[in-house]
Amino acid sequence: MTEGSNTDFLLAVEGLTVSFDGFKAVNNLSFYVDENEIRVIIGPNGAGKTTVLDLICGRTKSTDGSIRFKNKEITRLKEHEIVKVGVGRKFQNPSVYSDLTVFENLEISYPKGRSVFGSLGFKRTETVINKIQEIAGRIYLSDQLDVQADLLSHGQKQWLEIGMLLIQEPQLLMLDEPVAGMSVSERQQTALLLKEIAKQQTMIVIEHDMQFVAEIADKVTVLHQGQILAEGSPEKVKSDPKVIEVYLGH
Amino acid sequence: MMPFNHMKDYLTRQEALSFAVLALVLLVLLPLSLDVMRLNQVGKYLSFAFVAVGLVLCWGYGGILSLGQGIFYGLGGYAMAMYLKLEASSPQNTLIQTTPGIPDFMDWNRITELPWFWEPFYSLTFAIIAIVVLPSIVAYLIGVAMFKRRVGGVYFAIITQSIAAILTILIIGQQGLTGGINGITDLRTLKGWDIHTDVANYVFYFLCVFLLFVCLLIAQFIKKSKTGRILIAMRGQEDRVRFSGYDIANFKTFVFVVGAAFSGIGGAMFTLQEGFMSPSFVGVVPSIEMVIFCAVGGRLSLVGAVYGALLVNIAKTTFGETFPELWLFAMGLIFIGIVLGLPNGLAGVYSTWLAPKVDEMLNRLLGHEKQNQEIYTSIPIVKQGVVS
Repeated sequence: MTEGSNTDFLLAVEGLTVSFDGFKAVNNLSFYVDENEIRVIIGPNGAGKTTVLDLICGRTKSTDGSIRFKNKEITRLKEHEIVKVGVGRKFQNPSVYSDLTVFENLEISYPKGRSVFGSLGFKRTETVINKIQEIAGRIYLSDQLDVQADLLSHGQKQWLEIGMLLIQEPQLLMLDEPVAGMSVSERQQTALLLKEIAKQQTMIVIEHDMQFVAEIADKVTVLHQGQILAEGSPEKVKSDPKVIEVYLGH
Repeated sequence: MMPFNHMKDYLTRQEALSFAVLALVLLVLLPLSLDVMRLNQVGKYLSFAFVAVGLVLCWGYGGILSLGQGIFYGLGGYAMAMYLKLEASSPQNTLIQTTPGIPDFMDWNRITELPWFWEPFYSLTFAIIAIVVLPSIVAYLIGVAMFKRRVGGVYFAIITQSIAAILTILIIGQQGLTGGINGITDLRTLKGWDIHTDVANYVFYFLCVFLLFVCLLIAQFIKKSKTGRILIAMRGQEDRVRFSGYDIANFKTFVFVVGAAFSGIGGAMFTLQEGFMSPSFVGVVPSIEMVIFCAVGGRLSLVGAVYGALLVNIAKTTFGETFPELWLFAMGLIFIGIVLGLPNGLAGVYSTWLAPKVDEMLNRLLGHEKQNQEIYTSIPIVKQGVVS
């Protein structure tokens, strides 16, 4: 097992490898994310983008390498423990609780009463309600609090899931294709929302839409076959001949 | 302190009404209209309602389908029966045996000494504690072993069913220790008080209803707390809940243990009212029947589960006595029909067709223009499909 080194970065991934039956989906990957940065990961299908997020949030266990968050080794922690140190994850298909209202969806993500007995005694206090209303405002769902999540549009579900992350107050948010299936105006609103979030929090975003990437990214990491192909500002990456070759096309 | 801001967060008007109607039926209507023998029969049916209420939490809310609730019903029932059997096997009562002072079936199996695990059941206090704690411990162990390894859905159902089968085989095989296939029979007195008199039957019936309401109110508390909403959330989006910082296995284990504890109480009430306990209430078939009680009543309705247990058992008695061979087929058809046609069971029929009318009537009666809507709270719906 590789030992990670101490850094000033919020997230330091070093030598990360995962192999599924000999196939190395992520191969000796190292990258570092600064605080308040929006890092976008792009790459062709099967490049290992989602796997990297799965590894960071503990959904998949790595074969080798180190993941350090605020200089704390999180590689071997369980999913809910990783959440507690401050890493939030949004899935590719919007995962909201369709049987519950928007309010209840956000309430479950509120970071109190997470143990069995804590949740039995959890009280919907003024503070909780205010916080939920505040977040609902940020994700453009203020007047939908009573609506059952099932009835939201696809884009609204995406926002709701982002809101569910925000209410956890993680320092690092990992978003897997947050604008997939959104209309143009919804995309713009989402870009605004993400920039707003970046004032206080750090983000790793997986995205395909290069226009959207250019709009939000501070730095882009291009993955190819489980390894880093290129890394840098959106402009630099866009003009990189290797990236054009394998991903963007001529 | 109650985690609710208002009483109506714990019990909405409709729910309060349904509890009140159930109390009226069980405490007034049935005792006044049935003779003691029939009432005793209803009491036995109600002992299954404990299991069905537990299943509403486990299966309806948590999405954990257990086909082995008979395990816990049986453990509770056997704990009660062991106490009563020891009391019935006093040396004076069993003078004709080779070894007086031990249960008759042990004597028949040439056992000459009371097995160690029977010893504590001389104490009524121990037996009462065991009725709740024993099923809880077993459920906890199963829960931890399964849920920590993320075994769920169909696999969990099959494993619980196998455990129920194993327990039955064990009870039947160890005839000398357990009474075998006949079960533990010939129970007579409780602290010297004859359990077969009319008075005793009435007392046990009302005790059974009282305990059922205790369980219903506990279940209602869980359902309306954040735990209830987490269970609903878990049912559809387990990963999302996990990545919101919850340890899913703990919640599943908790609700499974609660269901087991309820079942144990039900089993004990059965033993008291029937006067015996046997492996025929432990195995696979009774366990599946218990799921059917819950499904017929509506797997999201606590009160519905009670009606489900009553109605299916009444049908079983009337129909099953006339056509015993057909009953199992009828039962299977009921289950398939409910799952396909009425995924919310009888409670679903009530809440879609009758509840709005009742609400309207109540509003007119109480002079409200319209009912204060429960703020931010959803009415959970079940989609089709048994294992979600």
